[in-house]
Amino acid sequence: MTFLQQLALTAPELILSTGAIVLMLVAAWAGDKATRPITILTVFLLFAAALSLNGPAGQGGSAFYGLYVADAFGAFAKIIVYVAAAVCVAVAPRWFEANDRLRAEYPVIILLAACGMGMMASATDFLTLYIGLELQSLAAYVLASFSQKDSRSAEAGLKYFVLGALASGILLYGISLLYGFTGTTHFGGVASAIHAGTSLGLIFGMVFVLAGLAFKIAAVPFHMWTPDVYEGAPTPVTMVFATAPKVAAVALLVRVSVVALGPATHQWQQIITFAALASIVLGAAGAIGQSNIKRLLAYSSINNIGFALIGLAAGTQAGVAAIMSYMAIYVAMTLGSFACVMQMRDAEGNPVETIASLSGLSRSRPGLAAAFAVFMFSLAGIPPLLGFYAKFLVFDAAVAAHLVPLAAIGIAASVIGAFYYLKVIKIIYFDEPAAPYAASANILVNGVIAVTALLVSPLGYLLLKPLALYAGAAAQALFG
Amino acid sequence: MSGILSLMICMPLLAAVLCLFMSASGARWIALSATVMMLVLGIILWRHYQVGGPQWQFQESYPLFGRFGWALGIDGIALMLIMLSVFLMPICILASWEAISKRVPEYMAAFLLMEALMIGVFCAQDLFLFYIFFEAGLIPMYLIIGIWGGANRIYASYKFFLYTLLGSVLMLIAMMWMAQEAATTDIPTLMQHHFPVAAQRWLFLAFFASFAVKMPMWPVHTWLPDAHVQAPTAGSVILAGVLLKMGGYGFLRFSLPMFPDASAHYAGLVFGLSMVAVVYTSLVALVQNDMKKLIAYSSVAHMAFVTAGLFAFNQQGIEGALIVMLAHGLVSAALFLCVGVIYDRLHTREIDRYGGLSNNMPYYALFFMLFTMASVGLPGLANFVGEFLSLVGVYHASSWVAAVMTTGIILGAAYMLYLYRRVCFGTSDNTDAAALPDLSAREWLTLAPIALATIWMGVYPESFMAPMRADVAVLTARLAGSAPAGDAHMITSGTVRSTPQTQEEGKQ
Repeated sequence: MTFLQQLALTAPELILSTGAIVLMLVAAWAGDKATRPITILTVFLLFAAALSLNGPAGQGGSAFYGLYVADAFGAFAKIIVYVAAAVCVAVAPRWFEANDRLRAEYPVIILLAACGMGMMASATDFLTLYIGLELQSLAAYVLASFSQKDSRSAEAGLKYFVLGALASGILLYGISLLYGFTGTTHFGGVASAIHAGTSLGLIFGMVFVLAGLAFKIAAVPFHMWTPDVYEGAPTPVTMVFATAPKVAAVALLVRVSVVALGPATHQWQQIITFAALASIVLGAAGAIGQSNIKRLLAYSSINNIGFALIGLAAGTQAGVAAIMSYMAIYVAMTLGSFACVMQMRDAEGNPVETIASLSGLSRSRPGLAAAFAVFMFSLAGIPPLLGFYAKFLVFDAAVAAHLVPLAAIGIAASVIGAFYYLKVIKIIYFDEPAAPYAASANILVNGVIAVTALLVSPLGYLLLKPLALYAGAAAQALFG
Repeated sequence: MSGILSLMICMPLLAAVLCLFMSASGARWIALSATVMMLVLGIILWRHYQVGGPQWQFQESYPLFGRFGWALGIDGIALMLIMLSVFLMPICILASWEAISKRVPEYMAAFLLMEALMIGVFCAQDLFLFYIFFEAGLIPMYLIIGIWGGANRIYASYKFFLYTLLGSVLMLIAMMWMAQEAATTDIPTLMQHHFPVAAQRWLFLAFFASFAVKMPMWPVHTWLPDAHVQAPTAGSVILAGVLLKMGGYGFLRFSLPMFPDASAHYAGLVFGLSMVAVVYTSLVALVQNDMKKLIAYSSVAHMAFVTAGLFAFNQQGIEGALIVMLAHGLVSAALFLCVGVIYDRLHTREIDRYGGLSNNMPYYALFFMLFTMASVGLPGLANFVGEFLSLVGVYHASSWVAAVMTTGIILGAAYMLYLYRRVCFGTSDNTDAAALPDLSAREWLTLAPIALATIWMGVYPESFMAPMRADVAVLTARLAGSAPAGDAHMITSGTVRSTPQTQEEGKQ
């Protein structure tokens, strides 16, 4: 393969990184008044990157001496990441305009983060993994502290940075242990070394790597940063955090677990099983006492990651297909719920985040209330909404892998989760109306709510066939 | 006629969406006309159902969604339960005509959604499609109790939702295992599949968790009194009339035919719980001051006749259980309507606030009397047939259980007659209760059809048994190999005592 052909495999990353550099220059030159065109261009670039996956970048194989791979698995994760990032970029300007200062760097930083996420999804070497992860993380630290008016935002950024750096350290230490005991950083090389025999050091390395990655997906016991960061970061940024990086990190975790640590499946299965159950229970229990809707959604995301990990705990091809489908459906639900949160603003237009302010929303804003209820029921996994199918897939995979007790405990714990989703619905539908929110005619945000609500509603079942097809191909690429 | 089942699921859905965009009175009329049309469709369905034809009729199947398909089809049992649903639905709408004044379009939409899901539960032939319909029913019912319920509605709606959800999720895991083991999600195929005996045990328990809560059986019945007391009248009607039947339907469709060995193994457990339920909840009903609570506890006792009859493993028991289900669907629905009638006038359900209603509300007292008698099990009315048959069936299996269950009938007479005496007879010290006007034309319309159906079922139950007899025969044949030996050995010369005799008993 010539160098050019290899470059063609990385088309999405090339588009995003050169685009980001050019737009950064434009932003520096033209200042904040160029924000709107930059935002629009950013959305276009993200869609262009997604479209480029149609070519060799979608399934061209390995490149750069095994540092990077363009396969169906990476492509599946990248499409979700790019679309989610594009949605987050598109809805942000109005929010920043109303609540803070609109700044031209915002879309550019998201572009850089998206580039890092793409790298994460395609990494087949611990070095590429680390570079992708850090590119995404550094962008995320900046984003978390993006608001200049809100001191919580600065706090969130600092917290995220300190804890994130700690996690990166743990991850790096794990990688160095793996390198020390296997002599390679390549996923395939690590796998064959483990296949030849495991040692205590290898197991330690594996545990450290998984711990570092668990931090990135906010799985218990490495979840403590999530509620604070989600609450402190500006809402559009929280929307990003809850969607795109989650998908990329989950994809990364899946690839590392299956490809690099595949021969040690029985060892990491225990870790993942624990993390999954602990996330489900703690995510559900922690959410009950929350009064801030963003904190509640943070716990909800911890809870959901727990369910997704059940698919990985199965350790089978069906399980990987299930976890990827789960993430796709999860992203749709989360984008929708955060778009609803962005609509929560009082009469003066200031954002409100208390759950109590949703009181009686069904009478002042029936459409928004119905959408909110759909997302809550869906996140709770109540059929016939699409969130049920996501849970169905992962539990089905677990049952097929003879993990019936895990599935039974996990699904029973989902009832705890249902409690706090019901609480939100109760406040929206059963309580007396509070002060109404300011009317909002923002077509983009309303459009996101409408489209995601339709996707999550039973109509989404019509899309399950293509979803199963692509998720199946993605899983096939890993087990191949 | 194929496609009629899909139509029956889609029509209320469309009407529900339409309701949301209507004014209050527009929504009422749309809901009423949609449910009446559903009733007409149901009658057409019954007319075209071939008694003695193939077991599954009106089948449709499209591989539509991912892992599971849109597979519908009914047998006689499902047909009867669908008839019950479409029959009660227009009555529910009429009962809420004036009682519900706030957020009417949403209310009507929730009821229509409920109807679509109930029909879906009874005609789903795909394991997971069944689960979706079964679970989705929680959403509209949660909203109905929570938005339009009484003072303590929030607590009741939570309890209803979480209780039922916890019961059902375990069933989902069992379903996944079964689908993988048998490599199909087709319910008729699964009903013939032989699962390993060891696996049957835990599968049975997983399904039992769900259906026992739905039924509800003692000791997981505590959600029911709360839900009934807080729900609006029509909500109670549909809850008692149809939703509780889903538990019995589940036992018939899943537990018994799919896990016959485990069912036989756990029959003792079911008998035990049923005996406790009959005696205990009847005693509890005796001391209630709240009319709705009393009827709710009586529902638990009546449902115990269903579970005991089903696990008798013989034709009489199962047919009896089915008739009790249908009869209870009519009678308890009517009793809740009767409570609703006076609740709408006086806004209290406390028994002591009423009295002597037979003086100023003679027609009301007449209807209430009829349904009280039906609930007590007076021969000639619906419940008698079912309770008698199921006791006969239980007696074959265990005479002791039958003896204990029979006390339920005595206790039932006690609490129902006691209720009736306090509400309708004597003279009232409460001047407002003594001045209540009698039934309006609308209330006549809700109570009279149920009264007619109750008498019909009591006098000529064969109309209702005929479509189900073949299905019960298939089920008993399936169970024959694993039925536990009964302790009541009747002196018969062996085998010839099945269909003719049952018909005779049914007509008594």
